[in-house]
Amino acid sequence: METKSIMIVGVGGQGSLLASRILGHVFLSQGYDVKVSEVHGMSQRGGSVVTYIKYGDQVYSPIVEQGEADFILSFEQLEAARCLPYLKQDGTMILSTQQIDPMPVITGAAQYPEQIVEKLQQTGANIIAVDALALAQQAGSAKATNTVLIGILSQKMPFPQEEWEKAIQELVPERFLTLNQKAFALGREAADREE
Amino acid sequence: MKKLMLGNEAVARGLYEAGCRVVSSYPGTPSTEISEAVAKYDEVYAEWAPNEKVATEVAIGASFGGARSFCAMKHVGLNVAADPLFTASYTGVNGGMILAVADDQGMHSSQNEQDSRHYAMAAKLPMVEPSDSGECKAFVKAAYEMSEQFDTPVLLRLSTRVSHSQSVVEELPREDVPVKEYVKNPQKYVMMPAFAKGRHVAVEKRMEALAQFAETTGLNRIEWGDTKIGVICSGIAYQYVKEALGDRASVLKLGLIHPLPDNMIRTFAQKVDKLYVIEELDDIFETHVKKLGIACEGKDLFTWLGEYSPQMIAQKLLGKTTPYRTFPESVPVRPPVMCPGCPHRGLYYVLAKMKLMVSGDIGCYTLGATAPLNAMDTCVCMGASISALHGFNKARNMQDRSVAVIGDSTFMHSGMTGLVNIGYNKGNSTVIILDNRITGMTGHQDNPTTGRTLKGEEVPQVSIEAVCHAAGIQRVRVVDPYDTVQVEQALKEELAAPEPSVIISRRPCVLLKSVQKKAPLVVDADKCRACKACFKIGCPSIHMEQGKAAIDPTLCVGCGLCASLCPFHAIGQEEVR
Repeated sequence: METKSIMIVGVGGQGSLLASRILGHVFLSQGYDVKVSEVHGMSQRGGSVVTYIKYGDQVYSPIVEQGEADFILSFEQLEAARCLPYLKQDGTMILSTQQIDPMPVITGAAQYPEQIVEKLQQTGANIIAVDALALAQQAGSAKATNTVLIGILSQKMPFPQEEWEKAIQELVPERFLTLNQKAFALGREAADREE
Repeated sequence: MKKLMLGNEAVARGLYEAGCRVVSSYPGTPSTEISEAVAKYDEVYAEWAPNEKVATEVAIGASFGGARSFCAMKHVGLNVAADPLFTASYTGVNGGMILAVADDQGMHSSQNEQDSRHYAMAAKLPMVEPSDSGECKAFVKAAYEMSEQFDTPVLLRLSTRVSHSQSVVEELPREDVPVKEYVKNPQKYVMMPAFAKGRHVAVEKRMEALAQFAETTGLNRIEWGDTKIGVICSGIAYQYVKEALGDRASVLKLGLIHPLPDNMIRTFAQKVDKLYVIEELDDIFETHVKKLGIACEGKDLFTWLGEYSPQMIAQKLLGKTTPYRTFPESVPVRPPVMCPGCPHRGLYYVLAKMKLMVSGDIGCYTLGATAPLNAMDTCVCMGASISALHGFNKARNMQDRSVAVIGDSTFMHSGMTGLVNIGYNKGNSTVIILDNRITGMTGHQDNPTTGRTLKGEEVPQVSIEAVCHAAGIQRVRVVDPYDTVQVEQALKEELAAPEPSVIISRRPCVLLKSVQKKAPLVVDADKCRACKACFKIGCPSIHMEQGKAAIDPTLCVGCGLCASLCPFHAIGQEEVR
């Protein structure tokens, strides 16, 4: 099988590491070769954070480049705009409509682009925009945004629901488990509504 | 069992399986997780040393003592550890010893992107370089065998993409490697001129033997594909080459990257039509190949800067490009910033307000250099803030308008010696130690001032105050960086004092689990006059909404710094309003 590529983008501190671990776990359980590339260190401090996950019969490079991502999960609108070039021509971007101003916008040195979702759609890309933060808060915590997005993605991928649930059960700490299971379910429902 | 592991976790697993007994490291991205992961095994003693030189010396001592030992550091850490390393090359080992050094191509979290392969050549040591997590584990085991067979420390070269990528690893049980007998042998272990001369002979013989070994070891291999293109590569570049070229090229994959297998290179070069050397950073393999009289292309095609990628290789060698979409307008950059509630922010606000010359250092607080605080003038390396400020003031007499800023862990690492220098040489500089009770930037590692070890044991804290006093500094005081009035007052007094002083800006990192976060603050839009006083602190949770300041409740931790600066008292807790 040709290698498939997924990118998770967001702002440092939004929890993309857990999302990448859940994905890696699911793909590994399906018998694929898997590589995940993470960012640690300075970039984690509120900067743009990018994680790559690739799976297939044999994966060489752990990084994803422009025009290669089958799926992009974005935790934030500006980061979605930034990573659009990475989306494959027929790839799908799932984005949370949350907005976090970067420092150049806060200091007035730059403008936060308006109507990002519309502009992304106008490029002809497949865009699924969901208020994942609101769904996460509905599940019990803003920190579960990652699991909401995973829930949406799981509906677009050919793996059984139980595999995703198993991965969440194994990787999420006990005291946050119920919350994340709920967030995952809300994500799956949201994906159904998008159909 | 097959598991996904970071390269760093796989190195740790390799250490465990290979019977390593003693690990000493100093944290540094991208090497940190190795020591954190290995510390979880009860069979392995693991510690954070105050700096890389100490860590390396501990590993050398453990090797002399007969145990398999290990130390890890980032590329610039090896500069600090270079002194013991070069002479450990002469002494050789008793128990096997590995020093892992993680380069940071692309400078994801570093102040330069030096190529650590130069150290292997300069110190005359073998160096191995894995290309994924599976090899990380396997190469650790091979490195210990090589270390003991050839009586040498072995360098394990990592990179950000290998250290911080997860790939599949098969776990195996630990091999029991007993501690070897220690036999006193000053000719081998006491490096003074008479003995070192003899050891230099041994070093040169060892390099010859290793060059022979390089020709036959399984660490180097040729993967034949189309012979029109031949590529010599190692590490992460190998993965990029395979992805970009697949069977359209033959590949000489180097695992032992110093010394290089000359005959293997010659044989490979003869069988391919065109030879390329694809290596990130410096032209080390290329220079070697050319020295053998073999024509190849390398840096004339590929950059000296940053990371490579499969598309870069496919474009240069095959002329292949991949189409992509672009967003129709410019997207503002999102540089890293100090976290909401970061204790450093209040201090930097005062430094910016007082327009002081700030001699900076390495840590989260280096972010004080960025807009809107812009409160740092220089930053060179770990510990340089204090010593460079002393030099600056000896040159310019600006001690009433300049300060050094340095974190607690960095002060322990190499700031203390600079402070001793100020005390000794009649300096009059003001040093601020930003004590946030943890090593922050690398992700919360303990250090001698926190009172906990890498293994999680409680130990006495090294007192920063006592160290400063012992260095000959009489004026030592502590401030709370959330209290900007107190900070400003302390700075005015210490800058005016006719002797050197230390201000300890003490408050724990807000990301520590032990720190209680408060409810997010809210802006009373009726009171807010949009004066933007609260924007001066550069807090990522404050932004403008409909012409008034607003606070993002998902980011704010209620530190109150912005509220203390609001001239209209428009910021407060929700219930207070």
